[in-house]
Amino acid sequence: MAKGKILSIKTIVAIGIGSALFVILGRFGSIPTGIPNTNIETTYALLALFALLYGPTAGVLIGLIGHTLKDAIFYGSPWFSWVIASGIVGLVIGLIASRIAIHDGEFGKKEIIRFNIAQIAANAVAWFVVAPILDIAIYAEPANKVFTQGLIAGASNIVTVAVIGTLLAIAYSKTRTKKGSLTKQA
Amino acid sequence: MKVKMLSYTDLDTPIHRLTGATKLLFFVLWSVSAMITYDTRVLVVMLLFSLFVFKISRVPFQQYAFVLYFILIFFVLNHLAIFLFSPLEGVSIYGTRHDIFHIAGRYTVTWEQLFYQLNIALKYAVVIPMALLFLLTTDPSEFAASLNRIGVNYRIAYSVSLALRYIPDIQRDYENISFSAQARGIDTSRKEKLPTRLKNIAAILFPLILTSVERIDKISTAMELRGFGRGSRRTWYSLRPFTKSDYIALALIILIAAASAVITFYDGSRFYNIFVE
Repeated sequence: MAKGKILSIKTIVAIGIGSALFVILGRFGSIPTGIPNTNIETTYALLALFALLYGPTAGVLIGLIGHTLKDAIFYGSPWFSWVIASGIVGLVIGLIASRIAIHDGEFGKKEIIRFNIAQIAANAVAWFVVAPILDIAIYAEPANKVFTQGLIAGASNIVTVAVIGTLLAIAYSKTRTKKGSLTKQA
Repeated sequence: MKVKMLSYTDLDTPIHRLTGATKLLFFVLWSVSAMITYDTRVLVVMLLFSLFVFKISRVPFQQYAFVLYFILIFFVLNHLAIFLFSPLEGVSIYGTRHDIFHIAGRYTVTWEQLFYQLNIALKYAVVIPMALLFLLTTDPSEFAASLNRIGVNYRIAYSVSLALRYIPDIQRDYENISFSAQARGIDTSRKEKLPTRLKNIAAILFPLILTSVERIDKISTAMELRGFGRGSRRTWYSLRPFTKSDYIALALIILIAAASAVITFYDGSRFYNIFVE
């Protein structure tokens, strides 16, 4: 059963709880910046952390399920191009960053840089490329409008994840016991 | 902080009696059709149909009234943005130009632009009644079973049902943490300046996410102990067999999807052009 290996029970639960968190933070953890239709979405810090902790499968599914449920439950109708972009954020971060051994408490300078490269790449692909192109393909919206929106959303998400996401990951790594942290008493 | 959300209520109408799988398939095909087409005639017919179905479902207005407010704001802002960024988008799509009046600089209102934005509005409006209907008339406990039935791996279906199950719990946790933070003087409302507000929200995020990670460990251990995921298939308590009306609904949506695709692409363009003489 090859599929069962990718989807361990822990991943399944992480997808469920992660999506629920995504929904709640997407609704309550978003702060308006003053520019219309652009908010600081703290929920992407959560998505980045969960992609880092539970891998690309969890990342892509939390993005897709969480964003669909959030849009549907609170705003009545999902905006599919951005739902897919959220999935891609989770996927790319998961792919690049999941080799970081954060479960063993390893999250130093090198890992922080790696995590941030992953999240910048992920957000850039999702918001500068995928979301605007899908907006044009699905909704035929004007190109300059959707690229401007994508640019603002992407930049704000990169900053949010860089600050809150990194701090969250450090906080998590401190709750874990480091590998080989025990020394034998003489 | 009483926040409204869309949720299921148990009524007995033809829409409620349809199985979750039927409604899910209907909603998916409906959304895809609405995404593909830009044909005004198709969109108008779809909108009228969806409003008719909405009426049959007899969902009380106050259950979804609050989302109309969000939808309206989004709607207005989005349309203003489209016009601000690209006042002549319609002209370039339809290839003709009929000015109505001039505002300033490059901003001129044209019939083409109005028609183009009407189509965007329609495209958006067509999905809303069906999305609302799906959420308001599908029992969440039946939802996972429906996903599994239309071919989604049952493990993923189970994650979706876990998400739906834990949204209220996590919302309560969020509120508790937020209240205790406020009691200690950590303000997350708009009275605080943006950087401080961000820092204060982070103060809520940390305990919320770290307890959730613990919760994941607990739940997955419990599921492991009960042998979840051993079989390649599973049965669902809430699964209902298809009835005649399910088959009718499915036939109907396939017909609608096919008709909309044919009408849209019949003349080789996604756009229905009323400006051609």
